[in-house]
Amino acid sequence: MKQITILFIFIFTIVGCSNNDEPETEIVGCTDPTALNYNPAANTDDGSCTYEKNITISFTQNWDGNEISAADLNTTEFVNEAGNLLTIARLRYLISRIALKKDDGSTINFEEYNLVDLSNNDSRTLTLSTPVTTGEYTGISFIYGFSEEDNISGEYRDLNDADWNWPTMLGGGYHFLQLDGTFNDSNGNIQPYNFHNGTARVSDGIFEQNFIAFDFDVDFTISDNATIEINMNISEWFKNPLTWDLNDRSTDLMMNYDAQKDMQRNGKSVFSIGEILQ
Amino acid sequence: MMSWRKYTIKFALTFCVLGGLFACSSNDSEILEPEEVYTPTPKPLDVPPILERLLPPPSVPVDNPQTVEGIALGKKLFFDPILSGDGTQSCASCHKPDNGFTDNNRFSTGIDGIEGTRNSMPIFNLAWNRDNKFFWDGRATSLEIQALEPVTNPVEMHNSWENAISSLQNHPQYPTLYQEAFGTKTITKELTAKAIAQFERTLISANSPFDKYLLGEGTLTEQELRGFQIFMDESRGDCFHCHGNDNSPLWTDNKFHNNGLDAIITDKGLGNVTGDPNHDGLFKSPSLRNLAYTAPYMHDGRFETLDEVINHYSEGLVYSRTIDPLMKAVSRGGVQLSPSEKADLKAFLLSLSDPSFIANPDFQNIN
Repeated sequence: MKQITILFIFIFTIVGCSNNDEPETEIVGCTDPTALNYNPAANTDDGSCTYEKNITISFTQNWDGNEISAADLNTTEFVNEAGNLLTIARLRYLISRIALKKDDGSTINFEEYNLVDLSNNDSRTLTLSTPVTTGEYTGISFIYGFSEEDNISGEYRDLNDADWNWPTMLGGGYHFLQLDGTFNDSNGNIQPYNFHNGTARVSDGIFEQNFIAFDFDVDFTISDNATIEINMNISEWFKNPLTWDLNDRSTDLMMNYDAQKDMQRNGKSVFSIGEILQ
Repeated sequence: MMSWRKYTIKFALTFCVLGGLFACSSNDSEILEPEEVYTPTPKPLDVPPILERLLPPPSVPVDNPQTVEGIALGKKLFFDPILSGDGTQSCASCHKPDNGFTDNNRFSTGIDGIEGTRNSMPIFNLAWNRDNKFFWDGRATSLEIQALEPVTNPVEMHNSWENAISSLQNHPQYPTLYQEAFGTKTITKELTAKAIAQFERTLISANSPFDKYLLGEGTLTEQELRGFQIFMDESRGDCFHCHGNDNSPLWTDNKFHNNGLDAIITDKGLGNVTGDPNHDGLFKSPSLRNLAYTAPYMHDGRFETLDEVINHYSEGLVYSRTIDPLMKAVSRGGVQLSPSEKADLKAFLLSLSDPSFIANPDFQNIN
């Protein structure tokens, strides 16, 4: 079969050759049959071919630029803006509604949410199931935690399995952040802190959403499978705009409305877009 | 796809029969065993409604699917003292159905009369242990690997696998049961562990009064409901960070914590397994289901009653270097519950016990 095809092409080429004296009309377009926008009629490639590529999100953490990994848990000491000497025993946080903006104004929305656990390397990368097309992009957005409409009690089985729920009496849904560890208090004693964030309870049965929507303007080109880094600077939770002194507030913060809203306020400078590799 | 396979089997069978007719005179025994064709009957786990609604599906290893014959073999093995060195102890000697598949001793005693150093763990809902870390210290990375250990442990069944397999191989029934479960009469420790793991995965408990309340099929007392509020209140019980909640119905996080039992760590727990000193004194959170049947409590069975457990978290916490930060009230000795709060919390905890689990006829000894 293959040989016959080749023979046929060969004959066709010879016959075609002799018959085709006048110059062919130039049709520009994408001439790569593997491209999404392949134009079979085109005979001149104009560089417009687009392809489907996969995006992986890499979640990284640092303390004012020094990268933090699982090896730092319980061992590395950090000093926050208020001067508290602290260690981190546990860091888990939830990111949802990741979206990429194209230069034509369209947006690609991804369905996945991701619970990052610093102690679990697998949880720190998320390969998005929807492929994107190659081309120019202008922005990346995501939500820290769940939006009000996504933050539904019991809705996400893997998060239930991870015991990630936020108590119904505090508005339900899920935790957004669990940052636990120890610090040296003003008397030099080692004390625990539980910096947990989620829906804020105003009063009995009255709750206030507490997620943060991030929308970064970043110009980048996707030409191949790409990894986009979403970075958390942990020190920002204690720094900006409010200097958070763990001597004042370290535990029992979940039902503390002011603490919950202050965390949300400080959280706005916590995340940034890092490297985009492909 | 299915019909193709059917035809293939039919054809193979026809061929076997024809072959049999021709070969009859010379070689009877070999052709009567169509080993290749046999497959055991699949028996997927029966998932109770509350687990179905709130959790991912149970995780069963691809190389050890649940089958009717495998479960039956595993059950027989679980209750059979044949696995122990002197034929006196079975898995069920320390994992009794009446006790939620643990026993009521602080430490269990092996065949040589020697006590272990940790409390026998209850067995249920293990197909939802997604991290696959078994034992109090997480040293076994699958249920199949876990099942291998007690047989040879000198303070438990104190046998060798060589000897155990020889006993099974010479038994009048076991070779046929292995044939039915796994398609071979050649018994190995791996197949033995697989069968036991299959039976253990069927031990599912999710029919407590609290489950029925969540499903809208039952009610709780005022006291039980107050106890649940204490459990879920970060400034009072704060139990939910490690022990599940109404939407996380395993009632454990299946993770490892130092819960402030001792100032000086003598049993390193997870630290012995990982070699990381930051893991010294960490043990797996047990489920709070079936506490009515599983006393004594903690990895070393030090607390005989639930009251003692609650008192520990209320005023008995002790600082050590690796204590979990979630034991945040350690400087005050604990969360300081009032006597009535303790009683309420205890009532709630007992509402997580499931009488239908310990009475389930499928889980009783039939040997």
